[in-house]
Amino acid sequence: MEFFLVQTLNGISYGLLLFMLSSGLTLVFSLMGVLNFAHASFYMLGAYFAYQISTKIGFWPALVVAPVLVGAIGMLIERWGLRQVHKHGHVAELLFTFGLAYLIEEAVHLVWGRSAVDYRVPPDLDGPLFTIFTSQYPIYRGFMMLVSVAMLVSVWLALTRTRIGLVIQAALTHPQTVEALGHNVPRVFMLVFGGGTALAGLAGVIGGNAFVTEPGMAASVGPIIFVIVVVGGMGSLAGAFIASLLIGCMQTFAVALDWNLVGGIKMSQLAPVLPYLLMVLLLIFRPTGLMGTREG
Amino acid sequence: MRYEPLNLGRWVIWGAMALVFLVAPLVFSGGFALTMLIQMGTMIIFALSYNMLLGQGGMLSFGHAVYSGLGAFLSVHALNLIGKGAFTFPVTLLPLVGGLAGLAFGVLFGYVTTRRAGTTFALISLGIGEMVFACVLMFPGFFGGEAGVSTNRVVGQPFLGITYGPAIQVYYLVATWCFLSIVAMFALTQTPLGRMANAVRDNPERAEFVGYDTQKVRFLQLVLSSFFAGVAGALSCINFEIVSAENVSPIRSGGVLIATYIGGVPFFLGPILGAIIFIFFVVALSGFTKAWLLYLGLFFVTMVVYAPGGIASILLMQIPVIRARRLGELALPYALAAGAALVALAGLIGIVEMVYRLSEQGASTVLNVFGLSFDAQTTPPWIGFALVLAAGLVALRYASRLVGARWGAIQQDLLARRA
Repeated sequence: MEFFLVQTLNGISYGLLLFMLSSGLTLVFSLMGVLNFAHASFYMLGAYFAYQISTKIGFWPALVVAPVLVGAIGMLIERWGLRQVHKHGHVAELLFTFGLAYLIEEAVHLVWGRSAVDYRVPPDLDGPLFTIFTSQYPIYRGFMMLVSVAMLVSVWLALTRTRIGLVIQAALTHPQTVEALGHNVPRVFMLVFGGGTALAGLAGVIGGNAFVTEPGMAASVGPIIFVIVVVGGMGSLAGAFIASLLIGCMQTFAVALDWNLVGGIKMSQLAPVLPYLLMVLLLIFRPTGLMGTREG
Repeated sequence: MRYEPLNLGRWVIWGAMALVFLVAPLVFSGGFALTMLIQMGTMIIFALSYNMLLGQGGMLSFGHAVYSGLGAFLSVHALNLIGKGAFTFPVTLLPLVGGLAGLAFGVLFGYVTTRRAGTTFALISLGIGEMVFACVLMFPGFFGGEAGVSTNRVVGQPFLGITYGPAIQVYYLVATWCFLSIVAMFALTQTPLGRMANAVRDNPERAEFVGYDTQKVRFLQLVLSSFFAGVAGALSCINFEIVSAENVSPIRSGGVLIATYIGGVPFFLGPILGAIIFIFFVVALSGFTKAWLLYLGLFFVTMVVYAPGGIASILLMQIPVIRARRLGELALPYALAAGAALVALAGLIGIVEMVYRLSEQGASTVLNVFGLSFDAQTTPPWIGFALVLAAGLVALRYASRLVGARWGAIQQDLLARRA
């Protein structure tokens, strides 16, 4: 029971972090039709920026400044890069972001080197939050959940309760009409792309010190969030939410369990493959994903 | 049967290609050049097989190394079994083993991946690639773990003195398989399946209405493509005598995508050019600078933004101009643009190398270029290179406008003449 509770909490906090990433990806995809291959690279940039800022002025300013910086970079890239490629179609856009992922990874190599940097949980958040039976639950895990939930609620409020949110929602389905009504749709695209990358940056700030900040972090989390988007159904936020929690819990449990499976393989060894197996199974039985309707 | 006159041009092109394969190692005879030629031959097959998906079938795959890598793993085990004397099989035909292995995995994974097209296909292929890569590290018994499986290609009785010991014999093996594969893959583009793959790429809905199952077309195209990927994998196994998890890694899959795209996806010729350039980057440039991946990435992104048809499209665009004997008018603008690009590149390289020297621990911050020596920890070289880069970019802007103006004038003349 104790094991189950702790692992469920860990799984949910990891799942929420995954949803912070996959929600930005899904928003950008459903609004612009662009699958941002470099999304996880912005996550990595967020972690590195936060590390750099926290060594200078501390963690709390970094929590705000790093995502803003990442979002600004995202907007610049949309304005001066992605918009130029738009005329060549979606495959060219996908390839542009694919190249961008390469460039960001190499730039991180150049600036911060090839080994992990010492980005740590701030001392205020280091320690146990509460005790379940005998095991202590760290404050930082709780803080991660708090930030993710706060961010998700504010994004949801911004999308449904503000004027710009309504314009974004309208531009999702009827970009031409919105443009005819006098809204600057390319600027909306730029804002959404910047917003999506800022969300990824924020996930990087709180995920970078909970896990590890190293140049391979984008390449390791990137495929997982793409699997989440496919499993949830392309372009569906609700689907991405379910899939994030599902995969978050699944991986946390698989790593913690030491069942022996056939062929002498341990359950924990199988953990990295599980999301992909889930994707393959789902595609065989339900090719559109959990909540998807869009035919790719 | 339709009467077809002897197509002289076609025979000349294929003959010239065979000739290039024959004499290439005589012209570039050094040991390093031969290594590069062997890798280029392997990469050409791999890139062409990739273009069967992206160029001809419209399937953007992020996991093509799965088929070449698994093909390589099965070939390395076959080679080891031959070496132990478990059975006799000529090494010359080993690529067939790799190809059939690739094909088998193509059937297995293709059934899942080709259920969807477009962006979803891209993501599923990525997922399958990651899954296979993780599995390879999970079963060290068969795949050799991090170290990989090594082998010895000199096995069995020599046939007509061919042992595949010397690199030159490996080159001719690769060249023969490369030539045959190019012919076969070109022939496939002319078959009804090749044509239907184009139709499914351009307008899947209409292809369905005509009565074709788009999923089946994609599946068949992927299976055939994975055969050739497996052939390339087996050739790399013979060349390097080692196969490791790196052979199925997402890095390999990304590499073949970059190579193919740089060369030119819309043209059959494109991946051949792309493979040659890519191997040049990987083998030659990586010896000079550790930032070669950054340069490759920048080159790729530049191609995506400014030349989506790749190098092949830039070259083929010149043919009508050459035919009209107007290339001379473009010579000066081209030279100016190339000069400006070189200046900008020099500035960029300077900055990148200085950043790298500063970030790498223990590296000397003093750089020596053309007898000039400067320290990256001082400001003047930074200002200098930034100025060079800015000047190059401004010059490139004006030069490309000049190219554009002249190009437009020539195109209008050509159109007017045709009308």
